[in-house]
Amino acid sequence: MNIVVLVKQVPDSGSERKLDPSDNTVARATADNVINEMDEYAIEEALTVKEAHGGEVTVLTVGPDTATDAIRKALSMGADKAVHVSDPAIHGACAPQTSAIIAAALAQLEYDLVLCGAESTDGQVSVMPALLSERLGIPQLSGARKLTVDGSTATIERQTDGGYWAVEAQLPAIVSTWDTINEPRYPSFKGIMAAKKKPVETKSLADLGIDPGTVGLATATSKVVDFAGRPPKGEGVKVPDEGDGAEKLVGFLAAQKIV
Amino acid sequence: MAEVLVLVEINPAAGGPRKTTLEALTAARALGEPAAVVIGAPGTAAGGRDALAEYGAAKVYVAESDDVDAYLVAPKAEVLAQLVGEKSPAAVVVPSSPEGKEIAGRLAIKTGSGFLTDVTEINPDGTATQVAFAGATIVHSQVTVGTPIYTLRGNSVTPEPAPGAATEETVQFTLSDAAKQTRVVDRVVEQKSNRPELTEASIVVSGGRGVASAENFSVIEGLADSLGAAVGASRAAVDSGFYPHSFQVGQTGKTVSPQLYIAVGISGAIQHRAGMQTSKTIVAVNKDPEAPIFELADFGVVGDLNTVVPAATEQIAARK
Repeated sequence: MNIVVLVKQVPDSGSERKLDPSDNTVARATADNVINEMDEYAIEEALTVKEAHGGEVTVLTVGPDTATDAIRKALSMGADKAVHVSDPAIHGACAPQTSAIIAAALAQLEYDLVLCGAESTDGQVSVMPALLSERLGIPQLSGARKLTVDGSTATIERQTDGGYWAVEAQLPAIVSTWDTINEPRYPSFKGIMAAKKKPVETKSLADLGIDPGTVGLATATSKVVDFAGRPPKGEGVKVPDEGDGAEKLVGFLAAQKIV
Repeated sequence: MAEVLVLVEINPAAGGPRKTTLEALTAARALGEPAAVVIGAPGTAAGGRDALAEYGAAKVYVAESDDVDAYLVAPKAEVLAQLVGEKSPAAVVVPSSPEGKEIAGRLAIKTGSGFLTDVTEINPDGTATQVAFAGATIVHSQVTVGTPIYTLRGNSVTPEPAPGAATEETVQFTLSDAAKQTRVVDRVVEQKSNRPELTEASIVVSGGRGVASAENFSVIEGLADSLGAAVGASRAAVDSGFYPHSFQVGQTGKTVSPQLYIAVGISGAIQHRAGMQTSKTIVAVNKDPEAPIFELADFGVVGDLNTVVPAATEQIAARK
C-alpha cells in the first residue's frame, strides 16, 4: 500500500496573518509558518494504514524553500520520504493551477491512496480532493471522520450535519480527513533524528513537464483585486453580573428587538 | 439579459429549497437573470418550484436521475458543466456547503474557469467579497478566466423576493463512468434535532469550556430553545467531549454569520473567532473579565453562566 500525503505549509493561524500589499498574495516570507494543522491528521492516518497494510508513506508538498520545515515535521512523525515541488514561477498560483502541479507530481509517483487534510487554515478553500479527482480521474473520498481500507476498496464516513454518509470507492483514491479521525502522534526524539536522514527530492516545474507560463500569479484563474483590515468594531458594553446580569442581558436583546 | 445558473440545495426534511438557495438567487441578480438548476433523484424539483419562482428564477433546469444521488459530488458537477456548455451563462452561483464548494471546484476544472469560495457578496462588476484570516481581512476578488463560479456563504445575503417565471426545462443527460466512481452507500442521521441548521440559523447560542460538562450543555440548549436558535460549541468544548463535532464553530468546524451570536463560557481564541466573527451582533457571557471574546462582543456579561443563562432563559420565556 503506497500512500502519498499532501502537506501544506501555512502561516500559523494563531499568529497575525497578512496579505502582501505588493501583489495581494499571502505574505508567506514574513509569516510564522507551520505545517497545516489538519495535515497532521492525514499523516497519522497514512501511518496507521501503513502499519496495517505495509508499504511506504511519501510526503508531497508544493511551496517555497521554507516549506522544508513542514516536510521535516511529517518525516519526523514517521513518513518515509518526501517530494518537494518548488519553483519561483509557482508564486501566486490559484487552486486549479496548484491542483495541476500536484496532479503532475502524483503522476510521477506510485500510489494506492492519496491523503490530505480536509482544509488548509490559510485559504480554507477545502476542495483539493475534488480538483485532483477531476484531473486524475481517481475517486474522491472527502471529509472523512473514519477511513477503512479493505483490499482494493476504501470506505469512509463522510462527516455531514448531524451524522455521516458511508461512501466507498476503488483504489487508487484520494481521501481528505477531518480532525475527528484520529489523534496525531508526537514525533519522538528518534523520529526527529531519523527525519534528518530521510530522502527529500526537490522538483521544479520543468521536472514535472509543466510550462512555467501556465502557473503563477500572472495567469491565475482568479485574483485578489484589493483588501483591507476588518473595520474595528465599535466599543461594546461589558457589565458585571451583580445579580442582575440576566436582566441586563435580556434588556439588551429587547433593545435589539430580538425578544 | 444574461443568464446566471444557480444550483439549488434541497432541504431533504422540508422538500423545498434551503434558505441558502434563496440567498444565492438573490445574490445572482447582481450579474443577470437567475436560472435555478435542480439536480437530484426523480421528484426532487417538484416541491421547490414555487419558492424558486418567488425568488426570481426565470427558468428551472431539472436534471433528475437516481444516479445523481447514488454517487458523491461528481454527477452534479458534470450536469452543471453540460449546462454551462449549452447555455453559456454569465456566471454560476452555488451555495457554500462542503458539497457546494467541491461541485464548484470540479466545475472550474471541467470548464477551464476560475472559482471563488465562501463569498459574502457578489458585485455587478463580477468582483466578490471574501473574508480571510479568521475574519481579520476583507478581500475583493475576481475570476479572470472562463465562466466565473462563486460559492456563496450562508447568511451573508438577505433573501429578497422578486417574481420569476420559473419555466421548467428538463435537462437530458447521461453520466460518464468517471462521475460514478464514489458510491454513497448509506446516509446516517445521528442527531435528530428540531433546532435550525447551524449555518442557516439567524440566532446561534454556543457553549465553550466554561460549560464544564456534557450534561450542563442543557443550559445552552435551554437558552437556544427559548430564542429558536441553533446550538454551537467551541473546539475546547468539543475536544472535551461536551458536544458533538458537527456543532463545532470555528476554524476546523463551521463558519456561521447569524444576526445574533451568543457565546457562553467561550474565551474567544482565534480558532473560535474564525467561525463567528462576521455575526451581526455578538453577546458574550464569561466569568473572566479579560476573556478576548469581550473584545468582539457588542454586549458582555461578566458572571457565572450557571446563574446568568438559566435566569435569562426564564425571563425570555416569560416575555412570550
